[in-house]
Amino acid sequence: MGDIPSRSANPNAGVPTVTVRHSRDAGGGVSPIPPDDDLRPLGGGGALPKKARFGMEAGFRGLSTAAGAMVLVIIVAIAIFLISKAIPALRADDANFLTTKEWFPNDANPRFGIAALAFGTVLSSIIALIIAVPVALGIALFLSHYAPKRLATPLGFAIDLLAAVPSVVFGLWGRDVFRAPVTDFSVWLNHYFGWIPLFGGDGPFGRSIMLGSLVLAIMVLPIVTSLSREVFQQTPGMNEEAALALGATKWEMIRTSVLPYGKPGVIAAVMLGLGRALGETIALALTLGTVFNISFNLIENGGNSIAANIANTFGEANSTGRGALIASGLVLFAITLVVNMAARAIIYRRREFRDSAA
Amino acid sequence: MSLLEREEPGVVMTPHNLRARKLHWMAEAGVALAALIVAGALILGTGVGNWVLVLFVGWVFYLIGLFAVATRVEGRRSARNRMWKSLIYSACLLAILPLASVVWTLLSKGTGRLDGDFFGSSMNNIGARDPGGGAYHAIIGTVEQVAIAALLAVPLGVLGAIYLVEYGRGKFATTVRFFVDVMTGIPSIVAGLFILAFWVLIVSPWFNNGTPRFSGFAASLALTVLMLPTIVRSTEEMLRLVPGPLREGAYALGVPQWKTIMKIVLPTALPGIVTGVMLAIARAAGETAPVLLVAGGFSAINFDPFSGNQSSLALFVYEQAGDASKFAPDRAWTAALTLVAIVLILTIAAKLLARRSRIS
Repeated sequence: MGDIPSRSANPNAGVPTVTVRHSRDAGGGVSPIPPDDDLRPLGGGGALPKKARFGMEAGFRGLSTAAGAMVLVIIVAIAIFLISKAIPALRADDANFLTTKEWFPNDANPRFGIAALAFGTVLSSIIALIIAVPVALGIALFLSHYAPKRLATPLGFAIDLLAAVPSVVFGLWGRDVFRAPVTDFSVWLNHYFGWIPLFGGDGPFGRSIMLGSLVLAIMVLPIVTSLSREVFQQTPGMNEEAALALGATKWEMIRTSVLPYGKPGVIAAVMLGLGRALGETIALALTLGTVFNISFNLIENGGNSIAANIANTFGEANSTGRGALIASGLVLFAITLVVNMAARAIIYRRREFRDSAA
Repeated sequence: MSLLEREEPGVVMTPHNLRARKLHWMAEAGVALAALIVAGALILGTGVGNWVLVLFVGWVFYLIGLFAVATRVEGRRSARNRMWKSLIYSACLLAILPLASVVWTLLSKGTGRLDGDFFGSSMNNIGARDPGGGAYHAIIGTVEQVAIAALLAVPLGVLGAIYLVEYGRGKFATTVRFFVDVMTGIPSIVAGLFILAFWVLIVSPWFNNGTPRFSGFAASLALTVLMLPTIVRSTEEMLRLVPGPLREGAYALGVPQWKTIMKIVLPTALPGIVTGVMLAIARAAGETAPVLLVAGGFSAINFDPFSGNQSSLALFVYEQAGDASKFAPDRAWTAALTLVAIVLILTIAAKLLARRSRIS
């Protein structure tokens, strides 16, 4: 607290000497009433210091509030700038943006629409979730309830590391290594189950929605697993022990006390995985067939997504083409914003419920 | 009616649904073997599929057979328990296979070009038939872009977290926290498009006589947008972990709030903050889409991040993956191995640091 000037009447106070010297004479020294000048000590005067309007405290507080507000500014700015660059292209579009399937924004008469792109984005993400979520829940249950501790910790660590691997590596692997087995599988499916429209057709099989969805599922798996594992680990021990005490087998205990308790958390984890799958760019650009049509056929060459289209056609786009890509990116932003906001709302409500009940 | 009463109304545990006898492990193994043999005979005999189908059908037969045998020996509830346990173990095995395949492919295909030439030269003047070429320009690009992004994102993120923890009260702080969480889910390509629309198409012509210009700095801005929410969230959690009495002691001594934060709270939370920053950097290093959109990609070395196209390691992998030259796959895989090594080293170091410094 500072450098308070010495008030001792003795001018030699504080000077180091050989002999021990009292700092002031008995009875003399500092007068009981401090002299009336502006330099009052902080603690001794009685009144708090005046709140400086432009001092460090206000400045720092303003700086951090501005930094916090930057987050909102950035999100609003994303929306504004995307809209501003998308509008000229949308105006130049000859066809209806929301229902057209083809994508020719660089022509003299631009015709483009996101019907096929949005369909492919949503379809590949949903199939990826259908494949990934049961497996992820199984792994999460294994890590939280079935595995011995010595195995659970390194395995959980490894799963977290896999979430950090860049998506371009998964795309490269999907295209170089995984495509051959998936093509063989598609041929087999087409041979024996071709009567189902999902697996019909005669075309070349390979770079299809199935390949893209499988690679996407592998990428979404670690996220859903680690979030679900946290949720399952937070089940109150009393609930689990009560179920076991009543004679339930281990699976019955999980079914009655772990899964219902963790349901909101699992739903939120799944929605976050969905958000990631919707926005995935490079893995789909390398594994989808980039054909602009709407079909539920999973195994023929084809399939396209908004993000993959942006990555693939950005290089040759003129200014209208760029505007068209920005418009499709705006749609993607809106979709992922809605999905993420819903997921976070579920988590927040759950946290309030749990904290208030605790 | 609870599920436990479903077997026999009124009586919970009967001789039918819960018995003391346990299935011997050899019986379980025997069922597995029998299932595999039956499936093999069926599938290979009729020529319907290959060994993959044999494994799958064998697994299905194993589950059915296990349930039947266990019902006879242990009772239905115990059999169901055993079957679900097998299903859960199978889920683990199923997931390990592709992930192990990715790791194996990286290690086997990625060592093809691990030579000095790869790390020391760029792709300048490398044609489709030239075997050389390297990723030096890409590594420089990644390092510069991520460094500038970190320089921008870390102060902004830490200050934002300080606001949320120390100064924020009421609805505004709740809204900011909610949207920080929402921002973690923004796709990287949307961040790239935003910087394209904002910086490259609108702001950069001011500095470049009217023509838009790609630059490594634009990629850094996009990476900042992506790193910011991660840094804010992890810093916020670390700041909350600093004990309240520590702050209150400083306040009691008359230390102003800003000084408490700078000199006491931040140094205490520093290991955790460093962990969050390292994780954010690992994520940013692996991003391809923003660099593709706003840095343009370039085959020669460019040390200046503020002017001219620049490449990055992730973008290099993507470009080589799309390249038709027969030397490109080797380059792509070696670059992928380098990228994964960098990202994993950062992530592992961050997690070990977090584990060691956990305040618990």
